[in-house]
Amino acid sequence: MRDLAEAAARAAAEKAARQSYGKLVAYLAAGTRDVAGAEDALAEAFAEALRRWPKAGIPDRPEAWLLAVARRRGIDAARRRATASAGQAHLELLAEEAEADMHGHHIPDERLRLMFVCAHPAIDPAVRAPLMLQTVFGLNAAAIARAFLVPPATMSQRLVRAKGRIRDAGIPFHVPEQNDFGDRLDTVLEAIYAAYSTGWADPAGTDAQRRDLAEEAIWLGRVAVALMPGEAEALGLLALMLHAESRNRARRDASGDFVPLADQDCGLWDISMIDEAEQILTRAGQSGTIGRFQIEAAIQSAHAARRLTGETDWPAIRQFYEMLAVLSPSPVVDINRAAALAETGNALAALDLLDSLAGDPKLAGYQPYFAARAAVLEKLGRSADAGEAYTRAIALEQDPALRRFLDRRRDRLTV
Amino acid sequence: MRYMLLIYGNENAMGSAPPEAVTKMSAAYSIYTQAMKDAGAFLAGDRLQPTRLATSVRTAGGKPNVIDGPYADTKEQLAGFYMIEAPDLDAAISWASRCPGAERGTIEVRPVWELQAG
Repeated sequence: MRDLAEAAARAAAEKAARQSYGKLVAYLAAGTRDVAGAEDALAEAFAEALRRWPKAGIPDRPEAWLLAVARRRGIDAARRRATASAGQAHLELLAEEAEADMHGHHIPDERLRLMFVCAHPAIDPAVRAPLMLQTVFGLNAAAIARAFLVPPATMSQRLVRAKGRIRDAGIPFHVPEQNDFGDRLDTVLEAIYAAYSTGWADPAGTDAQRRDLAEEAIWLGRVAVALMPGEAEALGLLALMLHAESRNRARRDASGDFVPLADQDCGLWDISMIDEAEQILTRAGQSGTIGRFQIEAAIQSAHAARRLTGETDWPAIRQFYEMLAVLSPSPVVDINRAAALAETGNALAALDLLDSLAGDPKLAGYQPYFAARAAVLEKLGRSADAGEAYTRAIALEQDPALRRFLDRRRDRLTV
Repeated sequence: MRYMLLIYGNENAMGSAPPEAVTKMSAAYSIYTQAMKDAGAFLAGDRLQPTRLATSVRTAGGKPNVIDGPYADTKEQLAGFYMIEAPDLDAAISWASRCPGAERGTIEVRPVWELQAG
């Protein structure tokens, strides 16, 4: 019995953590500017919940409970530090607590404000998106390091330094005026997309935290569009995520095996989500400014058109990737551009392009590079080389379904 | 919060500027300083003599080691400073970006390390 109660309490605390982590961090930090302090206070509140809830039962509003405990911890910590500035924050916190006790039902959503803090020009550009992933989405430093192809120790150090800077340099918590956005909006959108991609990489939904991440990213994408309805790239990003999400059920077959986009059953796609994505992309197009996310959404839109025409318009997709390579160049764009080249009868040019990337140390451990290379070599009839590339890709992939898929591709090569 | 605005510029260029330019710059600085005072942001501020008048001091084993010249030879030199009171970094950056010296040189914005209240 005790084990059951404990498991239930743990599950409830973990659920609350996933659903409200970013919201609570943002709300706590908005008053004090102390992001690391907010995270610490919240971590203590979660530990307290795991101790108390099995005995006392799960409270009606776990989020409000966690906030109240985290606040008390935050005040204690502020007392301990007792610096002049922390003392001020302490007073503000006390005032807020009194206020929250009076009508403590509504916790305002400060996440977008926190995201703009993380994207402030006084923060090292390389750490802006990782900082958002940690503070707003609750990803741990190791997972972020993997996503950004940086050693975990380096990433942790950068994150700690950036949080110190927010507190000590006095970076304010507010969403800037539209003409002061500068690069900050791009950084915010990039982080939302990185969160979505991390969640999307777990299609089976076995890892609940990651599944929530994709939903949360789409939700934040909607918040961004609602707050900045005139921003074409915010619209582009939302359209891109909805297109990807619409194929969620088609990405695995009945036995859990990976199904590549080109072989997916269009009947399994979520048509209403595709329709919404198309409407949003059209709205973005009316603004007259083009950007990375709109082009990426247009690529997904071209893939989605297969449900109407029966075939994929590869020449259009190739053109979009060529635009992307100019507008927002990256090795990942080039890998996709190479795949599109190969699909439009230019396998040799595709191989040249992939060869030109071979020296990039970031790609040495990047599975999609070797899988793309293998597919191009296969098209060129160079089975032995293709087999080697598949072997390398398989060794780098962690997802068993993708490994099985790559395995089958390797087996079908005629050596 | 208190912030220090450190004004860096090329003092050779400033030294060889024509008199009209110097007059214009001085006028710009008095307007700027007055604006800071009117806004209640000004705490202190002054222009410094050029680095040829600088003396650098270190102590080694209790003995002062005195060297003529600035601490570091740089392309741009510290030419003046303001100490301001600002609600946050954005407000401090906004003051820094309006500083007449920002057009030719660089304004470094540094929060003050506040002492413990007790």
